[in-house]
Amino acid sequence: MAELTLTGARKSFGTINVLHGIDLAVKDGEFIVFVGPSGCGKSTLLRVIAGLENVTSGEVHIDGERVTHLPASERGLAMVFQSYALYPHMSVAKNMAFALENMGLKPAEIEARVARAAAMLRLTDYLDRKPKALSGGQRQRVAIGRAIVRDPKIFLFDEPLSNLDAELRVATRKELAALHAKLGGTMIYVTHDQVEAMTLADRIVVLNAGRIEQVGTPLELYNRPSNAFVAGFIGSPRMNFLPAVVMSDDGTLRLSVGEREVALPRAASGLVAGANVTLGIRPEHIDVAPDNGMLAATVDLVEQLGGETFIYASAPGLPQITLREDGQSQFYRGDAIAIRFAVDHLHIFDATTGAALARP
Amino acid sequence: MSDIPSATRPQRGLANGALAWLGGVAVLPVGGALRLLDPPMRGMQRVIGARRMAYVFLLPNFVFFGLFVFLPIGINVVFSLTGGTALFPSQRPYVGAEQFTYLFDCGSYLDPASCREDHFWRGVANTVKFIVFQVTAMVLFSLVTALVLNKKIRGRGFFRAVYFFPVLLSPVVVALIWKWILQRDGLLNAAITTLGGQKILFFVDPSWAMFWAVFVSVWAHMGFYTLILLAGLQAIPADLYEAAEMDATPRWRVLIRITLPLLWPNMIVVIVLALIKGAQTFDEVFVLTGGGPGTATLMVVQYIYETAFSSQVQNFGLAAAASVVLGVVLFVLTLLQFAAARRKEV
Amino acid sequence: MATTRLSSLLGQRRNGQGRPLHWTDVAAYVYLALGVVLMFGPVLWLVMSSFKTESALLEFPPSALPFAQVEVTVPGQPQKLPLFRVTLPDGTVRQLAQVRRIGLVAQMVDPANPSQQFRVAIDKREPVRHIALATENYSEPLQRFAFLRFLSNSVFVTLVATLITLLINSMAAYGLAVYQFPGKQVATIAVIGTLMIPMTIILVPVYLVVTELGLTNSLWAVILPGAATPTGVFLLRQYMLTLPKDLIEAARMDKASEWQIYWRIVMPLTLPALAVLAIFSIMWRWNEFLWPLAVLTKTEVYTLQIALNAFQGELQTQWHYLLAMTVVTLIPVALVFVFLQRFITTGIGSTGMK
Repeated sequence: MAELTLTGARKSFGTINVLHGIDLAVKDGEFIVFVGPSGCGKSTLLRVIAGLENVTSGEVHIDGERVTHLPASERGLAMVFQSYALYPHMSVAKNMAFALENMGLKPAEIEARVARAAAMLRLTDYLDRKPKALSGGQRQRVAIGRAIVRDPKIFLFDEPLSNLDAELRVATRKELAALHAKLGGTMIYVTHDQVEAMTLADRIVVLNAGRIEQVGTPLELYNRPSNAFVAGFIGSPRMNFLPAVVMSDDGTLRLSVGEREVALPRAASGLVAGANVTLGIRPEHIDVAPDNGMLAATVDLVEQLGGETFIYASAPGLPQITLREDGQSQFYRGDAIAIRFAVDHLHIFDATTGAALARP
Repeated sequence: MSDIPSATRPQRGLANGALAWLGGVAVLPVGGALRLLDPPMRGMQRVIGARRMAYVFLLPNFVFFGLFVFLPIGINVVFSLTGGTALFPSQRPYVGAEQFTYLFDCGSYLDPASCREDHFWRGVANTVKFIVFQVTAMVLFSLVTALVLNKKIRGRGFFRAVYFFPVLLSPVVVALIWKWILQRDGLLNAAITTLGGQKILFFVDPSWAMFWAVFVSVWAHMGFYTLILLAGLQAIPADLYEAAEMDATPRWRVLIRITLPLLWPNMIVVIVLALIKGAQTFDEVFVLTGGGPGTATLMVVQYIYETAFSSQVQNFGLAAAASVVLGVVLFVLTLLQFAAARRKEV
Repeated sequence: MATTRLSSLLGQRRNGQGRPLHWTDVAAYVYLALGVVLMFGPVLWLVMSSFKTESALLEFPPSALPFAQVEVTVPGQPQKLPLFRVTLPDGTVRQLAQVRRIGLVAQMVDPANPSQQFRVAIDKREPVRHIALATENYSEPLQRFAFLRFLSNSVFVTLVATLITLLINSMAAYGLAVYQFPGKQVATIAVIGTLMIPMTIILVPVYLVVTELGLTNSLWAVILPGAATPTGVFLLRQYMLTLPKDLIEAARMDKASEWQIYWRIVMPLTLPALAVLAIFSIMWRWNEFLWPLAVLTKTEVYTLQIALNAFQGELQTQWHYLLAMTVVTLIPVALVFVFLQRFITTGIGSTGMK
């Protein structure tokens, strides 16, 4: 249990800068998820925290103690690897005991800790097996167990669920959440899957190209993304982005979208007439409205999932628009529909920088 | 060379188990020592940092390399440029290239008798003669054997083992086995007399001595080259042969147009390796014939050994000069081998 | 392994069922049969010869099996007498013991009835022989020569050198495979360069180094110079590179020191490659000849190979002892071969290493 502070953490490999100055404070007992597209530096950031990589510049503090140049073995953290990295030549029990032996604990203490962790993870019957004789899910639990027995200051997870099949992934995700509730330790979790991020995190850190785009609770990020990147990355299917021009008029904000004009009920600072902006609207905030539609569109594709329906439609001069309908839909490809935006939920981003100009 | 890991990766359950067990037995006594080294190494790591531990791991091996390879290479050059009989370099007078000019002082390089250091040139001539016959026979026999072993025949593993096992025998044992068969009252002469012939004194006749030196060398090592060629043959995709069969290609044509061209890279490796080993031939021939009769089977390495260690006057300078010459030849051959290996990879 | 080989011999029929034998198949079998005779024959002949008595070895033409004449004790005769099968003038055939031989006539006696004496022409008798293993060829050198000494020297050199090789080669391979450090390129190139320097061309200067270290005529002079093999470093490094990097980092997270990672994680996982190196090292060391020949000049430090060479070079070669000692020298290699044949052959076939 510990808190962690990164200040100005930079990392470069040769001439390639992977992290451009990361500032982050993780509170004690928090479940933090790093999320971002591949190559955004999230894994590198985790390895910098672990001590497996040294920062090029900047500082790392754990519990107020400067650990910037401390090697991984002396930071007191535990990590669950994407590949699990179980020692193939050791039994499950030995895998979990290895770190404890290195810490110089007494054999009785080691045995007790291993037994406790094994019970918690339903591994008691498998303690004598080698990793090769375990299923994927069991291996995954051993990897977690290896971290738990350590009672580490911080748990680090590097995409731990990505090698599991879809069903097991959902189950294990729930177990992880339960585990965090039970152990209450500080956990830092890396994933590229925004569903994992949304479901597990106390706070999410969205990374892109070696920079933090936004830090916040899942719903903060979902509801009030601070830029187009976060808005697009969080939420599935992703937010629709439509090019628009500000047509400020009558004291209310009006935008021209395609061939139509949309009036926004809110004012927004920094918007001047004639400016190019990007309009963001989530699929669930678009309706098919035969009576008072804002845009005429043609249905390209309908995905019926039973409980909900995704409609992909195109309007002249605009990128394809995704709509989400509850329940089942009676539209088919080629149907002409009129769609309507829930204007209260419109996001406006600067067309060039992507920064949020007006949020709901 | 790049395929070493795939080869050492466990291939069969049983062999793998045996290996792990064997490796375990080999490492077990070391294990205790490794555990004892734990605390000092941990302390070392604390002092110099984890990263620099790499140097600690490299150190012992490189101390050995330094003492017994790099340093000797330097000393060898010094030796070859100095004279006298002293072993310690500082006590040896500098003579420049004198050792080399002495070594190369010949009326005609084709006639060893016209050279001042005629034994060296005998050795060179014998080694060249040996290599020509040995490499030819080696390539021929190992190719035929590999082709035969590559056929779908019963007991292939057994036959492969039969041809291979002499590779593991020590050169001394190989030489003694054949010396016993070839001696005056040996098995071969018994067979010859039973067939009505006269006993032959194989080690008194220079031509016979050279013949048997080549023969025994091929006998002992062909299994090794056969395995390399066999690996090459088995790497040829089976569908090529199936395609040829669909085209009703006659067998000899398959051999000449498909098998041999695709085996060529391995053949080059075999030829160059055989050349390199051939140039260093010493032990089998030395035990079998002692270099004789006279100097009929004296090889370059035996010349170096005897000049430095077993002649009346230990002429280290001359021996070193000769080994520098041999080293240059081997270096060129090794470059050839690397080139061949690279071509194999492409 | 023996069972699998047996099954491949007897069980499966490799060429397609019912397909007629092509003449090349027949030729192949003939070639292989000849090969078996030529490759195994000499070794078999050595082993059989090694059990022959000194006198049987002098026979020409030699017999295939180790025969010895039967000797019997006859009452009233002080020594054991050789037994012969004799054709008497009346045409009967009896087994008689020879008391003495005078010129072309032998004086013989019936062992069952010692009072009855015969005079027999020597061409009328044939020695009665039985198969007798002259095990004294093996046991006597143990007492008469320092054979045990040579054997233990060889065992010592082989074992100690192999252990040192495994240790320092694996350490170097680990350093090269796992770490990034300044000079890594140079070190790797140095290893590959060393591959190209055979012992034969630095014989003289290595002798100087060994002399300066005060090691001449000690077994360490044989052990140390070849202990760091570039082949071993290369082989182990290539294998270690295939180990997942995550394992090493997981161990670091588990508070293992670098040394612990080496011997508790990497070494156990490298066992197959270590075993290969161990086999090669044992073969190299057991069979090593030129270098020990140059550096060992005192009999008491001779290894088996040097001792064998010294014996065969003596004026009066005592073949009966020499053959037996050759067989003993061959045994460890034979054992390695029998148990690990398949593995060694597949290994060599694809690494091109010897």
